[in-house]
Amino acid sequence: MTKIVEVTSELVYQVLMNVKDPEIDSVSIIDLGMVEEVTTQGNNVKVVLLPTFLGCPALEIIKLNTMNALKELPEVGNVEVDFVFHPPWTSDRITEKGHVNLRAFGIAPPPRHFEEDGSWHVDCAYCGSTYVTMDNIFGPTACRSILYCKSCKNVFEAMKPVSTLM
Amino acid sequence: MNSHENLMSPEYKEAIKDLLLQLADDDFMYSYRGSEWLGLAPHIEADIASSSISQDSMGHAAMYYKLLEDLGVGEANELAHCRVANERKNSILTERVNGEGYYMDTPQYDWAYAVVRSYFYTQAKKIKIDSLCESSYRPVAEAAVKVRMELYYHRLHWETWFKQLMNSTEVAKKKMNDAITLVMDDFGDVFSYGNQKQAIETNRLIGTEEELKENWKESITPVFLALQMTVPFIPEKPIKNGRNGEHTKDLDEALITLSEVYNLDPVAVW
Repeated sequence: MTKIVEVTSELVYQVLMNVKDPEIDSVSIIDLGMVEEVTTQGNNVKVVLLPTFLGCPALEIIKLNTMNALKELPEVGNVEVDFVFHPPWTSDRITEKGHVNLRAFGIAPPPRHFEEDGSWHVDCAYCGSTYVTMDNIFGPTACRSILYCKSCKNVFEAMKPVSTLM
Repeated sequence: MNSHENLMSPEYKEAIKDLLLQLADDDFMYSYRGSEWLGLAPHIEADIASSSISQDSMGHAAMYYKLLEDLGVGEANELAHCRVANERKNSILTERVNGEGYYMDTPQYDWAYAVVRSYFYTQAKKIKIDSLCESSYRPVAEAAVKVRMELYYHRLHWETWFKQLMNSTEVAKKKMNDAITLVMDDFGDVFSYGNQKQAIETNRLIGTEEELKENWKESITPVFLALQMTVPFIPEKPIKNGRNGEHTKDLDEALITLSEVYNLDPVAVW
């Protein structure tokens, strides 16, 4: 008989660090702030995730990748991964490491502050210049906007700020 | 089955089911009509924005269908795809075609109509979402907080288009005013809860029809004042009330198209 080794939530978090955004492979779902809760009971694992945007087509892929990554551990039995709507995901859940790695990928991280009129500013993801213009609030995915840097003349993307103050 | 269900009276459950179907079907149809603009919007930025908004809105519909699934009403995909027109509770405004023609053939769609419908609908959705954040049904109140954040960008987008076209050429103004007439003719059931009005309102699932209509008018007044226009009048009684399953042939045609792939293989895993 094999010895039963229980799964710890520390181990689960270690695995989740390697579950990346399907389009941005420098950033994990932990760094995106999507992991709300991890619970373990014996060999069973339950992970509660928060959707970034409700219509994001990557959500199902992320769910599947999370399940597959956890099932690779020999000590893991049943895996349950659920999305919940509460608390709402907000862009300030992205970690400091997430900010660094988004920029490394060429995406400006979401701004931490809003102006009084609700507008916001980010610096160029490539050269750091503040001399940028908004090209389109809507971008290639629900969570991103398209901007243009007048210094290095590059088009770049930025994560939209999402806040309960909106 | 969840813990909420055990505590609900049959009347309460019937009311929340009806309201969730109204909200889900509204966003489902709004998103579908928006998606028909893909590749056709006036310029690429408008195209990207419009399709992104449609995608978000489909996500909102899917979320409401999921809340219905949690209530034991049925499976989310089936609720979205398998209900016939007279079981649908979307407002007439969301089912209307985008204009003459068909998007696979020779679409003669009306961008002014798209802008006015989207702006007025999104503003109405914002009023409902603000009210839903205080709903007595917690799952919908929690989800509304999430929708509100995404809606911020939709509203900003359509309000900008609306103001710019209203301040544009005489042709643009004429087209916009024609579109306002068409949209307002269909606005009578947007804030209606149909036959479930009393149950929905007394159970405090959302604000009353009258209250929400007032909030909508108030919320768009500054934009209309700045444009030196009067706030349009919401018809008292709708000619057809989508909330009671009354619809136009536009919905029948839309349902055939949007459920075509699903019906080819309903058990397919996506």
